[in-house]
This record gives sequence, C-alpha cells and structure tokens, in this order.
Amino acid sequence: MANTHSDHPAHLQHHFVSSEQQFDAAKMGMWLFLVTEILLFSGMFVAYTVYRSWHPEVFVLSSELLNPWLGGLNTIVLLASSFTVALGIHFAQVNNKKGLVINLVLTFLFALTFLVVKYFEYTAKFEHGIFPGAAFDPHGVSHGVDYAMYNVPYARQFFSIYFVMTGIHGVHVLVGMGLFTWITIRAIKGEFSSEYYTPVENCGLYWHLVDIIWIFLFPLLYLI
Amino acid sequence: MSESASGPINYLSHDKSIKSWLLTLDHKRIGIMYLIAVSIAFLAGGILALLVRVELMAPGETIMSADAYNQAFTLHAVLMIFTFIIPAVPAVMGNFVLPLQLGAKDVAFPRLNLASFYIYLLGACVALGALVVGRVDGGWTFYTPYSTSVGDGILYITTGVFIMGFSSILTGLNFIVTIHKMRAPGLTWNRLPLFIWSIYATSIVQVLATPVIGITMVLLFLEKFLHIGIFDPALGGDPVLFQHFFWFYSHPAVYIMILPAFGIISDLMGTFSRHQVAGYKFVALSSVAIAFLGFLVWGHHMFVSGQSAISSTIFSLITYLIGIPTAVKVINWVATMYKGSVQLKTPMLYAIAFLFTFSIGGFTGIMLGVLAIDIHLHDTYFVVAHFHYVMMGGNVIAALGGLHYWWPKMTGRMFNEKLGKLAAALVFIGFNLTFFPQFIMGAQGMPRRYYDYLPEFQSYHLWSTYGSWVLGVGLFLILGYLIASLINGKKAGPNPWGALTLEWTHTTTPPHPHNFTETPIVTRGAYDFHLAKDLFAKGGEVSEVPSSAK
Repeated sequence: MANTHSDHPAHLQHHFVSSEQQFDAAKMGMWLFLVTEILLFSGMFVAYTVYRSWHPEVFVLSSELLNPWLGGLNTIVLLASSFTVALGIHFAQVNNKKGLVINLVLTFLFALTFLVVKYFEYTAKFEHGIFPGAAFDPHGVSHGVDYAMYNVPYARQFFSIYFVMTGIHGVHVLVGMGLFTWITIRAIKGEFSSEYYTPVENCGLYWHLVDIIWIFLFPLLYLI
Repeated sequence: MSESASGPINYLSHDKSIKSWLLTLDHKRIGIMYLIAVSIAFLAGGILALLVRVELMAPGETIMSADAYNQAFTLHAVLMIFTFIIPAVPAVMGNFVLPLQLGAKDVAFPRLNLASFYIYLLGACVALGALVVGRVDGGWTFYTPYSTSVGDGILYITTGVFIMGFSSILTGLNFIVTIHKMRAPGLTWNRLPLFIWSIYATSIVQVLATPVIGITMVLLFLEKFLHIGIFDPALGGDPVLFQHFFWFYSHPAVYIMILPAFGIISDLMGTFSRHQVAGYKFVALSSVAIAFLGFLVWGHHMFVSGQSAISSTIFSLITYLIGIPTAVKVINWVATMYKGSVQLKTPMLYAIAFLFTFSIGGFTGIMLGVLAIDIHLHDTYFVVAHFHYVMMGGNVIAALGGLHYWWPKMTGRMFNEKLGKLAAALVFIGFNLTFFPQFIMGAQGMPRRYYDYLPEFQSYHLWSTYGSWVLGVGLFLILGYLIASLINGKKAGPNPWGALTLEWTHTTTPPHPHNFTETPIVTRGAYDFHLAKDLFAKGGEVSEVPSSAK
C-alpha cells in the first residue's frame, strides 16, 4: 500500500498530500473527540444537577464526608501534570528529545500519584460501608465522625454520582497513563521532532481535557 | 502501477486474499464489509418482522407465545435500529462514496475506519448475546424501571449499544475531518454533492448525540448491576430522567437515520433529472438546520410522561419547526424534476417512491407533534406506522435507491433493469399495504406492542400481514438479482448513469485501489449539467473517463 515517493517523509501517510494536511486533520479529529468526551460527562453532570437541585441539603451533608485536602492535593497534581505535558510539547517543537522524555515521564508519574491518592480515598470510604449502589450502608466512627449519621435518604444518589463520575474520570486517567507510556517509548526512539509531533500534541490535548473535567468535579463534589 | 491483462487494476482485483479484506484500510473495501454485515442484520431483523406480522394475523395465539412475541418485536427493533439502520447509509455508502466524491484517496483516518468496523461487529455480537440469555422484551427504548427489573439480557444489549456507539462516533468523526480537510482542489463547499452535505450533518449528530446514549447505557447498566438508584424509583431514582437521557440521543438518532437518505435522494434527483438541484444552498443548509433543530425536540416523546405543560408546549412548537427545512427539501426535489428531464431508471423509481412515503411519514410526524392529538395517538399503531413510514419509507427506500445507483461502481456490474423496476414496484406496494392500515387502526385505538387485540382490528392486521409478504418478496427479489448480477451482470462502464460527481467522472469502474491516480481538479458544481456539455458529446450515456483518471 505504501506509495512512498522520495520526497515523502516517513511519517506522511499515502492518502495525505502534505504533512500540514495530516497534522491539521489529526488535530481536528482530536478536538472532535474531546467534544464527545464532554458530552459523555455532560450526562453525569446533568444527573448531578438534577439530584442536587432536588435534595440540596443531602448533597451538602454528604459532601462533608469527602476529604477536600486530598481532593485539593489531586487538583494540584493534575494541574502540574498539565504543565509538564505542555512543556513536553514545547520541547518536541524545539527538537529537545531529553526535555520531551523527562516531561512525559513526569506527566506519567503525576497521573500515577493522582490514582494512588484516589485509591486511598476510595478505600477509606469502603471501610465505612460507603459503596455505590445497593451495598451503600454507612457505619462506624473514625476521626470523631459518626458515619451512621450520614445514612439519610438520597445520600445513596450522591455517592453513586460521586463514584460514577470520579470512577469514569479515573478510567480516563488510566487511559492517559497508557497513552503516555506509548508516546514516551516513541519519544525515546526519537520519532518526534519539530517536523512531526502530532501524537504528543494530541495526547496533550486529551490530558488537558481530563484535567479540566477534574477542575469541575472537585468543587462540585468536594467543596459545595 | 502495472496493468493486468484483464484491464486496469481495481480495488477488488488487486489482492484477493481473505487477509487483504479483513485487514484492509481501503475505505471502499470497508464499505463493502459493512454492506455485508448490515445486510445480514437487515435480513435477521426482517425475518423477525415477518414472524411478528404472522403472529398478528389473528387475535390470540397464532404461531408463538406472548412471551416469544414480546422478545421477537424487541429484537426486531434492536437489530433494525442499532445494527442496521444507524450504520446502513453512513457506514456503507458514506464509506464507499464519500472519499470518491471528495476526490480524496481515502478517509482522513483509515485505521480508525477499520477499527470502527470491528467495534461495530463486536458490539453487535455482544448485543446478540442477549439472545442466549434471553428475556429482553421491553422494546428498544429500555424504559426504567421495567428494563432494570427483568432478566440479565438487558446487560448484554446495553453493553452492545454502548460499544456500537463508539463505532458510530468514530465514523462520524472521521467523515467530518475528511470533509473539512481532504476535498480536491476546486471542490468548494458550494460545489459539494448534496450527499456529502447530508453525511456532514449526520456526522455532527453522530458525534454530539451518541456519547449521551453511551453514558445513559453505562448508568442503566450500573442501575441493573449495582442498583445505584439514579433511574429506579423504588430506590429514590427518577425514571423520567432516563427518558430524557434516552431521547436526547434517540431523537437526534432518527436524523442519523434519515439525513443520509436525504443526501441520496438529492443526488438521485439531480442525476436522473439531468438538472441542477433546485435551491442547492437551501437543500444543503436545511440538512444542517435539521441536525441542529433535531437536538431540541426530544421532549415530544414524553408528552404523557409527566413532563411539565410548558416544556411540552415548547417541545411541540420546535417540532413544528423541523417541518420547514424538511419541506424545503421536498419542494426543491419536486422542482428539480419539474425543471429537468426525468429518466425513470431503477434508482430514480426509489427516489420518487421516497417522495410519497417520506412525505406521509413527515406529515404524520407533525400530527404527532401536536399536543392534543398526541395524547390520543400516543402508544398506538399510528406511531408505529409513522415511524416505519419515516424509517423504512424514508431511510430504507432511499438506501435501496442508493444501493442500485452505486452498485455498478461498487461491483463493476449492471443489475437487471427490468427486475429492478419490478422489485421497486413490489417494495412500494408492499410497504404501503403493510403500514397504511396501521395508521387507520392506530387512530381507532389499536395499541402498539400488544400481542392480542379486539376482533374489529383483524381486517387491518390481515392486510398489513399480506403487505409484509409482498414487501418480503420484493426485497428477496432484489437480493436475488443483485447476487446474480455479480455472476452474469453486464459489465458497467465508468459512468453508466451519466452523473457529474467525481466518483463517476474521474474513476474507473470498479475504482482503482487509490481511487484516483491523479488528484482531480474540480471546475463545476456537482449537478451543473449545463456546464458539462463536454461529457455528453456522444449522446446521453457517458462511456469514457477523462484521460487524467486512467
């Protein structure tokens, strides 16, 4: 299939006329994909809004059980990872392979940190019977908080929404870690340069979206 | 590229191994694989429909139990909607035709294109897993709490629909980028074939609406699996919220089904009337307008679901608005025929049949958008008839027209024109015989989805079932002569219909694996027959492809 002419760079696929066309197409495709991601989350945001407007007092009460310090820490971690991925794209554009690889690895580590913190948050909830769905049964006392107090009607909806939204967001973080592993390997092989860095740019765009969704999740679930 | 002894190489002959098909990145081959897959889905869904109709010939049990009947009509709907009609035109004809009409070598993301085919297959197989587990009998709308309280089959269907959604999104995304970035030099937006415009509008709906059904299916799955209490009223959830989520996708989804049909009809009208499509810009932009308005009318499915009166009124008014861009299309198609010189070839017969059947479907849709009338007709056979007039009388009849139109380009063979016309007549008569009686019995109060009914409805049911047999004969006849054409059909020239779009004027039949050996340069609009005298110097039919395409 490869219809390579001598003037074609290796990364240029046969059905594109030029590198610019290929880059523009890939970037536009990525933006469209991000739109679909926003719509995917929008369903959950609507569910959140509906139940919050019906039972605001339950939502305020239930959100007390979420740890704003851990949520805040994760917000900082994700913001830092957005910064490192942006730096990575910059280093790709200026042909600095070392800078690119370091920043991609840092981004991966931040993503990992985020999931580790999330793991501790989830297990702390599970210990006290806070599960999504039928198993929801808050009980026990820790740090002077009596969990049984929070077993009120519609608290199940709050925590279902919390687990579904942060869970699906967490899946996106996991996918992001897979993507960063893949492009880090390619970066080490020296596949990216100022001529061709589309995958870095697109993974960066994806990562910013994952970050922005968290920026909305954090205040809605933890703070208000 | 070398030429084999049997003429120029083409996308079918250049490599015939099974592997070269299964791993192909060629949009044309992917289109053909989709054609085979959706045809099988259509056959399966169609056989279920025939069984449902036989069961309804007489009140009481005829050939199956009430339980089996409920599962049969549910599976008919799920197969037809999610595995057949949504991918049918965009994934089959969009894939095959779109890059050719754009003068591109392929879609923007060929690997993604192949991936979306396999994602579709995977999703379809998972959804069919429900067959094994059984007991999916609540219709294709999965309304809670019923859907979350019956058997486990629903888990397979929701997972399958979720997976197939990805396929639909990726196809739409691929087409939008292809249309924006891969047009041949000179192919401005105002010169695009109207099929491209409608695929563009369809793709926007696919990309924007499908994620919402995706998350709805995830939530429904979790509701059933973990009892998260979002939709189930017994747990404090809200079933009306489910209906909002469901219809936020599923109403725009009917435009995923009908918009590409509009595109085919526009192409057929232009080509077979040998005339510029009247009101080209209006027809083009009305597709985009329908796509946009389609997002704002979902509440008209919920007039009796406990939605507030003010929402119902607003949804009803916006529903009327959809009639405007739709009428713009129908009127312009009629005007095109009036100004042009119509050639009644088989594809054009379907286009004309479409004008009748779709108009009936459209008008009854506006009737159902009227609040007071809808209260009377809601959940009756009137809705069933309206839906089938739009989906089958709209989408399927247009898809058949498109299939006949592009068949020579896809296969290199002509089908038997006489049998083609006969089958078109059978489909038209059978279709109307099946579904028109359903309007009448629906208006008289026959509820939809019922297994049993009062004896006074029997004559309508009987006519409807006879109609379904005529329709079935017509469709099997098409299957028969299309397959026969592969074996002994007359070889097709590059442009048997004398059309002006690039897939006919600048490619061989069947096309070269890379479509064009030289990038075409476009100097006229898609239907500018008055500017194309050069192509018709030898009379009506164009037999030569310009030398640049060889």
